[in-house]
Amino acid sequence: MKRNRITECNEWFLARFPLTKLWNEHMAHYYAPKNFNFWYFFGSLALLVLVNQILTGIFLTMNYKPDAKLAFDSVEYIMRDVNWGWLIRYMHSTGSSAFFIVVYLHMFRGLLYGSFKHPRELIWIFGMLLFVALMAEAFMGYLLPWGQMSYWGAQVIISLFSAIPVVGDELSLWLRGDYVVSDATLNRFFAFHVIAVPLALVMLVFLHIVALHEVGSNNPDGIEIKDSKDPWGHPVDGIPFHPYYTVKDLVGVGVFMLFFATVIFYMPEMGGYFLEPANFIPADPMKTPEHIAPVWYFTPFYAILRAIPDKFAGVIGMGGAIVVLFLLPWLDRSPVKSIRYRGGIYKKALVLFVISFIALGYLGTQPATPTATIVARFFTAIYFGFFLLMPLYTRWEKTKPVPKRLTSVHSLEEQLPALIEEITQIKPGSTEIGHPAFKSSFFAIRPNPKGIKNLISRLAKNVKGSLD
Amino acid sequence: MKNLTALLLLLSLSFGVVASEGIQLQEANIDLSNNVSLQRGAKHFVTYCLGCHSIKHIRYLRIALDVDVDPKKVLKDIAPEGANIYDQMHSAMNAHDAEKWFGTQPPDLSLIARSRGADWLYSYLKSYYIDPKSPRGVNNLVFEDTAMPNPLWQLQGEQYAEPRKNIWGHEYTNLVLKEPGTLSEGEFEIFVNDLVNFLVYVGEPVQIERQRIGKYVIFFILMFIVLAYLLKKEYWKNIH
Repeated sequence: MKRNRITECNEWFLARFPLTKLWNEHMAHYYAPKNFNFWYFFGSLALLVLVNQILTGIFLTMNYKPDAKLAFDSVEYIMRDVNWGWLIRYMHSTGSSAFFIVVYLHMFRGLLYGSFKHPRELIWIFGMLLFVALMAEAFMGYLLPWGQMSYWGAQVIISLFSAIPVVGDELSLWLRGDYVVSDATLNRFFAFHVIAVPLALVMLVFLHIVALHEVGSNNPDGIEIKDSKDPWGHPVDGIPFHPYYTVKDLVGVGVFMLFFATVIFYMPEMGGYFLEPANFIPADPMKTPEHIAPVWYFTPFYAILRAIPDKFAGVIGMGGAIVVLFLLPWLDRSPVKSIRYRGGIYKKALVLFVISFIALGYLGTQPATPTATIVARFFTAIYFGFFLLMPLYTRWEKTKPVPKRLTSVHSLEEQLPALIEEITQIKPGSTEIGHPAFKSSFFAIRPNPKGIKNLISRLAKNVKGSLD
Repeated sequence: MKNLTALLLLLSLSFGVVASEGIQLQEANIDLSNNVSLQRGAKHFVTYCLGCHSIKHIRYLRIALDVDVDPKKVLKDIAPEGANIYDQMHSAMNAHDAEKWFGTQPPDLSLIARSRGADWLYSYLKSYYIDPKSPRGVNNLVFEDTAMPNPLWQLQGEQYAEPRKNIWGHEYTNLVLKEPGTLSEGEFEIFVNDLVNFLVYVGEPVQIERQRIGKYVIFFILMFIVLAYLLKKEYWKNIH
């Protein structure tokens, strides 16, 4: 090959920086299990949303004014007078909700396949720290538009700190920088939202990924692929992350963007869940809204807070709901990781947990009527029961034997032709119409009731079987 | 499985209780592609609302461009005397007077359609009735004891509240028009609808543009998904 200036520059650079080594270690020679399924898209998607938030955030800061007198109007200025400002702002506001959707699904994946268990406890801890940082980021960002809900939401949450005995009042005063949420609070929240917490987030993402690449990825079977290696020292069931998972994640990115764009262009308020109607009214410290509810992603924890009668106990309960997640690797005593080889109790417990989380999320958006509070207490008990009883039920339950190698499950795409064949039948006598090609054509296909019935009963059996 | 069913039952029960009760709102017919309606709405707003309420987040020029009217015509037909085409739509009333006359400052209405919703505005403007007990002589079914007098009473006429009972025995209030205004009932409905249509537009002037661009973006993303999927399939064909 002809040596030219560019290759010389490359060599000069690579002699001083281990770019090839880094690339190989984390992409081209990083072996990931080959059986990742749907649930494994959300890690890379979370990274995508983080990049989206940082980039759109930079552009928003160019026109946003962190001043109690100007903030609300500057947001409307971005929405109307800044070129493409509306798009940037909707990408940012939708991105924050998307971030939580993606992260909740990512965490649920961990619960499904035991990704938090030995040797990945530290990855889980870093992940939980990321989650806490993300909540702080979202909470402080929500104050910035300076609408009624921004203002009163922040007022309520900061006042929670005053429930702490002895230091409470001083602490909340110190956090706000004033006796009520005010310009001082807005300014410090702006500082935290645009630089302090994002820095922490980026650093934690780095640690999360470094820790992951040290021990390797888990998989839906919950087996260590490093236990069976080929003569060259590569895991037999592993494939290089690049190009296999980079191209696969690209499909995930496409589907995610489809949903994301649909929300941005056709329902940016998402029925009042992503952008709340009350937040289109400028903050007014003299006028408390009738019904204060945090944004949807905080509502499960808010419902737990309200379910507990005593304010301080409520704060402990809300904090405990997050702290207990940190302890997950040590609460789970099951010898197997994946839900595929666990017994029925864990499966049922997980179903109950998901139901209680969604129900608490719904109750958190609603006014706290006496019935709603009782129901919220019930679900709070289930939420904590799932974690605190885990050392017992995961030890009792009978697990299934775990295979040595990854099992292959036919993907939906491979099953589809057989399924279609089962539920369709060719209409007899359709040849009468004359044309021989007509027989096999689309028009001669009829649904087969027997096949559909078989399919449904098989599905029901599978669902029942997977629960026991 | 049994406890699961019990759970779901409990859930549905609780949701029934939580469901809020309120006045049935009337539905506004919002069509932002109807430029004529928006032009009428803008004119109505300047005539009947701008005296007290500003819509400071929009400029006359923006309206001219969005609802397809010549800027000169906007200044002549819609904007008040002396307005500049680049002006934001400010009200002429000052805050001090407003406080004295109404006890509160009339809010800026730029985002009212986004905080209250079109149906609420539509119903609110139609639900004024004569109430001798109220300090202003009028009251509103949708927003009780509202500080705003009815600016449209000459057009609508005078409505009176009559308590009624429905077939299930629930009491509700019915509004009856006793003194007709200068507009017929149908004309008044169109009038209010135009006004609300305009306010929905003002709430987010970019809506129509946003939905137009969205089609292309989504088409592009669909193409991207197809390409990405084919690429993935090609790479993965030897992985079993």
